[in-house]
Amino acid sequence: MLELIVISTLNGVLFGMLLFLMASGLTVIFSMLGVLNFAHASFYMLGAFFGFQISRWFGFWPALLIAPLLAGAIGAGVERFGLRRVHKNGHVAELLFTFGLAFAIEEIVQIIWGKSPVDFRVPPLLDFPAFTIFSTNYPAYKMFMLLVSIAIFAALLITLKKTRIGLIVQAALTHPHMVGHLGHNVGRIFMLVFGVGTALAAVAGVIAGPALVTQANMAGLLGPILFVVVVVGGLGSLPGAFVASLLIGLVQTFAVSMNGSLAGAFGPLSPAYAATWLSDIWGVTIAQIAPIMPYVLLVLILIFRPMGLLGTRDT
Amino acid sequence: MSEIASSVAPPVPAAAEKLKFYGLWIAAAIVLLLLPKIFSSGGSLTTFSLIGISIIFSLSYNILLGQTGMLSFGHAVYYGLGGFLVIHAINIIGANKWPIPLPLVPLIGGLTGLAFAMLLGWVSTQRSGTAFAMISLGVAELIASSALILRTFFGGEAGISANRTKLLRVFDWNFGPQIQIYYLVAAWTLIAVIAMYALTRTPLGRMCNAVRDNPERVQFVGYDPHVVRYLAFCFSGFFAGIAGALAAINFEIANSAYLGAVQSGTVLFATYIGGVGFFIGPIVGAIFVTLLSLSLSDLTPVWQLYFGLIFIAVVVFAPGGITGLLMMHRPLLKAGTLSRMLPSYAIAFVPTLAMIAGLILSIETIVHYTVNPGDDSHIKAFGVSFDAATPYIWAMAAILLVGGYLVARKTWTWVGHAWDDATSVAREKGVAA
Repeated sequence: MLELIVISTLNGVLFGMLLFLMASGLTVIFSMLGVLNFAHASFYMLGAFFGFQISRWFGFWPALLIAPLLAGAIGAGVERFGLRRVHKNGHVAELLFTFGLAFAIEEIVQIIWGKSPVDFRVPPLLDFPAFTIFSTNYPAYKMFMLLVSIAIFAALLITLKKTRIGLIVQAALTHPHMVGHLGHNVGRIFMLVFGVGTALAAVAGVIAGPALVTQANMAGLLGPILFVVVVVGGLGSLPGAFVASLLIGLVQTFAVSMNGSLAGAFGPLSPAYAATWLSDIWGVTIAQIAPIMPYVLLVLILIFRPMGLLGTRDT
Repeated sequence: MSEIASSVAPPVPAAAEKLKFYGLWIAAAIVLLLLPKIFSSGGSLTTFSLIGISIIFSLSYNILLGQTGMLSFGHAVYYGLGGFLVIHAINIIGANKWPIPLPLVPLIGGLTGLAFAMLLGWVSTQRSGTAFAMISLGVAELIASSALILRTFFGGEAGISANRTKLLRVFDWNFGPQIQIYYLVAAWTLIAVIAMYALTRTPLGRMCNAVRDNPERVQFVGYDPHVVRYLAFCFSGFFAGIAGALAAINFEIANSAYLGAVQSGTVLFATYIGGVGFFIGPIVGAIFVTLLSLSLSDLTPVWQLYFGLIFIAVVVFAPGGITGLLMMHRPLLKAGTLSRMLPSYAIAFVPTLAMIAGLILSIETIVHYTVNPGDDSHIKAFGVSFDAATPYIWAMAAILLVGGYLVARKTWTWVGHAWDDATSVAREKGVAA
């Protein structure tokens, strides 16, 4: 039991930090530009595939640097030449633009790398068990993922709190118009923020690629969970996104490792109901409903706290 | 008193206007009735049925997006649940020999959609805008994932099927042949379109538009935007359920794809490409997208990419959709200055077409090298055969793409100037706003 708790906590924090790498970019972009980037998870996927391709040519370590830069450049280009054009047509058009973009990116990735998973391996340098607790080997690569996520989190925090550009971004989070009035080149800040946000998502993609499955549907699988994170945390709230990321990471990881069901708790259902839909509910394990946990959490949050956990403003 | 009424209420429409209005619907009915006489092949009947279903679904979606300003990423939930319930209903009715004929069964789907919209809508519509979009996405994922868990009801991956011919017969129709299904779909399409058009003319329909344009003002007037959004959501769910029911009857099967994100995305594409600003927009979009997806999939293996690119192009260049583009020209047509636009359109058309051809050529060449690199390099796309391995083709693609882009950019600025001239003349004549 203790083993399960320790391992699941580690995995949950890891998944939560990965989510936060993406959710942080998404939240900052949303706060500044007012548009929820539907294609954000697509940049995570692009990061994973770029990482795979570059690590084939030059090795994993260059890929860890180049792939996010590439994806970030594409992201900045999307903002400069796509979103900025659509901006005059309103927020719905912007959201739809990113929606179409997500659709197109998935198709392009399928065309280039195919529909089946690619063979993105853990670099040999990190392919060993980091430590053994309760007879379970914990892979070093996962520790590496955790460290990278925490390092980027710390760097982001310092940039936001201590640097000039961080101050401007913070100001633009709450008072975007005022920042413009003060003479900052808001257009360039937007492009920069969009580029950095998508690059962060790509970092998550590169480090998650070898551990999870690198496949053309990975954006479609993760995207909705990402949006749950930002809504549960409160749209536009960075601390909220952090709390929600960890919460959803932990909830999902713990749910996956639990095998309990109603049948296990109260004994098997009487045979009279065996063929009805009740038997589905009775027999389903917590592990099986893990994928819908984030959405259940979303609905609960909406009923009891529509602003999100730490959200303050209504969109 | 009568003076006040006459100054506030719009004038009673003249007989000619009334005739025009009702004539339109009667003409639509006659067209629907005669369509299978002209195109009688089985394939075209199936296509017409799919278009009819898509029209109802897209119009129901536009109650949300176009009329109330709510962007939903999960509209397929109500479509799919309507479909599933109808399949179950057909099985139960057939097994118990209840006297319910098939033409009434889509109503069950509609009521299912309504019931679930009432259940899920209250939470979803608390907020509009981006939050609503995300919530609709989350709710859709919740329902779609639950469908795979509740295997007995939703039939898992395979779905559930039914036999539509086992129900009570009316006029000796058993609804086995596609032609009878076509008439069923056509009748329901006409009823649903008229009902949804009537909905836009009610005070509720007007309040929906007000909530879309200025929810704060609506609150000042004394309405609760949340309630208005909720009502619109319920109506939308009802009609989506009817569309799903017709789809289930048409295919005699319902599976988890009915509820999925692809279905939600398709209806969004159809509605937006057609144009959300006009009632007829989603109808145009449904016809266009259904025909496009049926024909493109024959022409090229990567048709979904083209689909996405068309959608992006519409969002960027024509946010009003196809109908928005056409309606832009109405003042010019009235003022008689439309002819001034035609030469510049003709000039702009050529390089634009060249650019598109270059884009298609490069995409198809890339597809050849990445998807099936071992195959023969003589490929055929859009009915045109070419050798993807020759540098000559690559050069042509590059020239068409880059050259076309540069020239097209120039010519479209001319179109802009011509447009300004034509509208200013129209404005002088007092036609354009």
